[in-house]
Amino acid sequence: MDTSRRDFLIIGTRMFVMTSVAAAALEHVVAGAPEKAPSYNTADHWWAMTIDIEKCVGSGHCVRACKLENNVPDEPYFFRTWVERYHVDPLDMDHPTVDSPNGGIDGFPETYPDGKTSGKTFFVPKLCNHCADSPCTQVCPVGATFRTNDGVVLIDKSYCLGCRYCVQACPYGCRYIDPRTNTADKCTLCYHRLTKGLQPACCETCPTGARQIADLKNPKDPVHEFLRTHQIQILKPQMATGAKVYYNGLDGSVR
Amino acid sequence: MPGVQGFMYPNEIELQWSILIVLYPYITGLVAGAFILASLERVFNVQAVRPTYRLALLTALAFLLVAPLPLQLHLGHPERSFEMYLTPHRTSAMAMFGFVYLWYLMVVLLVEIWLDYRKELVLAARASTGVKRLFYRALTLGSDNLSPESLRIDDKVGRIVTVIGIPSAFMLHGYVGFIFGSIKANPWWSTPMMPIVFLFSAIVSGIAMVMLLYMVLTWWRGTGIDMNCADTVAKYLFYAFLVDFALEMLDLIHRIYEADESFRALDFMVHTKLFLSQIVLQLIVGTGVPILLLGITQVARIAPRIRLRMYLTAGVLTLIGIFAMRWNVVIGGQLFSKSFLGYTTYKLAFATREGLLPAILLMLLPFGILAVLLRVLPPWEHAPATDRL
Amino acid sequence: MRFKDVEHLVRLAALFVAGLLVFTVARAELVPAGFGTLGHYRAGAIDDVRAKTPEYAGQQACAECHVDVVELRAKARHKGIACESCHGPLGKHAADPGQMTPRLPKPARPLCAHCHAANTGKSKRYPTVDLKEHAGDEDCLTCHTPHNPKLS
Repeated sequence: MDTSRRDFLIIGTRMFVMTSVAAAALEHVVAGAPEKAPSYNTADHWWAMTIDIEKCVGSGHCVRACKLENNVPDEPYFFRTWVERYHVDPLDMDHPTVDSPNGGIDGFPETYPDGKTSGKTFFVPKLCNHCADSPCTQVCPVGATFRTNDGVVLIDKSYCLGCRYCVQACPYGCRYIDPRTNTADKCTLCYHRLTKGLQPACCETCPTGARQIADLKNPKDPVHEFLRTHQIQILKPQMATGAKVYYNGLDGSVR
Repeated sequence: MPGVQGFMYPNEIELQWSILIVLYPYITGLVAGAFILASLERVFNVQAVRPTYRLALLTALAFLLVAPLPLQLHLGHPERSFEMYLTPHRTSAMAMFGFVYLWYLMVVLLVEIWLDYRKELVLAARASTGVKRLFYRALTLGSDNLSPESLRIDDKVGRIVTVIGIPSAFMLHGYVGFIFGSIKANPWWSTPMMPIVFLFSAIVSGIAMVMLLYMVLTWWRGTGIDMNCADTVAKYLFYAFLVDFALEMLDLIHRIYEADESFRALDFMVHTKLFLSQIVLQLIVGTGVPILLLGITQVARIAPRIRLRMYLTAGVLTLIGIFAMRWNVVIGGQLFSKSFLGYTTYKLAFATREGLLPAILLMLLPFGILAVLLRVLPPWEHAPATDRL
Repeated sequence: MRFKDVEHLVRLAALFVAGLLVFTVARAELVPAGFGTLGHYRAGAIDDVRAKTPEYAGQQACAECHVDVVELRAKARHKGIACESCHGPLGKHAADPGQMTPRLPKPARPLCAHCHAANTGKSKRYPTVDLKEHAGDEDCLTCHTPHNPKLS
């Protein structure tokens, strides 16, 4: 009896110690991997983006980086982000000429075909606005698209039916149906990067710093100063979507 | 990009909702309209339309059974469609519609048909043998009682079901209108009038369909047409049409008058891309001519044979016109860019999952189902009005 | 009103109740785990999105090894541009440098043109040129080194 209890104690203690050691070792090993970096708490963040139209040069690097980072279909008209070029004739503000050749992925051709030189030209990058009062999440019949607690609108690809209601409901045209999965797809603000302390691919590769990821809950984030010192607009404010992509220098002719 | 005029947001170039989504409101509209016609007799005691009562119910059932099929064909993942019943999102009109559909099918239409036909089902069960007998026994739910009291109770409960059924039919199709009308992102769709316009055009199409079926089937069977019935149905079709026309004109005039930011783009679209389907097919051929024909029969004295020909023409044109209306709403709403700076084209394929061929087959299917229903639950041997209490 | 006369209605009601029961049980089985805990969605969906491995390593990752380039660029005109903006996604290279050698864009001219080709709309705050006038058909790298592009 004594022997077996003693054996039990020894074996049990060994198991206990080894398990704790193993657990500690595992954590040590795993801590090096970015996925288990200092734990990400959604309550600490409220994500937004700022885009400075005055800085955008239409390089299209953001469009390319997004497609590469997120495996967006290469077909010519599916984009999670794209750049539009506006040409506005000062006498005809209601009818801007807009183009977005392949979403701007290869930049823009050097001049307009008919050599327009009067008026103003500028570039407008667009993406999902991760609306606080998102119409797309409102209409999803099953809860396959939703807004996280840190303000990012995501899609559950294993649950989406592909009914396309959300695509219809988005006023900004930022959603599409991925022909490979037959589910809805759109910009995720590179959530898989944000939660690892990285920037979205578009912000990382923007050569002029026009696109900046912003964490409104972080008091040290430069967004607060940016919002304070610039004239800020969102797209289609009349839709009351609570859009969180803030533009500086957005002309009234932008649709 | 081929087929694109002006500028469209890149993700807008391909249409999201195809001809199948045009079919779907068309079919549910026929259901609602047929049911409203049936309820005219049951609840409002318009005895003249009695010969169409059971036919209208069976027509509604045949089309209601087909209604989910275009949706299933359209979905990216039809095998996940049951998720709408598991985790319906209460803010989504589409999710709530799943329950409205189920309610209408189970609690209204099937119950009403069952109560009305129970006597015949029991008699058929008693009179048949073997598999047929089992089939009819199953349909009676094992009931064998045909006492006058039980029939009286059937009649009473059936009337209550119809009374509940009228707002349910309104919901069934009004909801489809709301699914479009509540999309603030799309100015062609976004209007509080959408459910109402959809509903009244549904009533028009449903009455026209039952009227046509009644005329065609009585001719085919060689029995005489009840002219009083045909005239009354045509009269109600006319009234419904007037209301529908007034509502659509109100929407149009309001848009033109207010001329908001979307107006010019939409106006251009109607006059170019939708000219054939909206101005020619929907307005002139599908509304103007039928109203004129029906109006003439209401005010002038026309010989019965000619009247019937006019009803037939009006009915067919109506069905075409209401289909065009659904097309103009669904497809039209996707032909213009939400930037109001461009237009795209709808490429309708033939033998693909969402092509013309499945659409045609889906429109023919309800008639096939109706043919079966007419065999199993014949509407013709119905007892004359005096047997009803 | 005898029971016999409403019996068929009771059968109908029973059928409905049975259907409702089946539905309730099926629902309990089929609703995915974690649905509704954070909102009207499957909580596991967030983990699915987070699980993706980044393709772009991020500037900091490059700086860990390529210190010399970082120093060179720190004083040059392109210092504000991330390495991967031109070199493409290098996440695989940063994870295992031997496993993937980055391919530099060749010729460089189409890439340089994205920002530097004269085009209405480009800012006047940095150099843009009509490439044909400026360089004929030459590649930009003939004269310029992008890490320190200014020709002194």
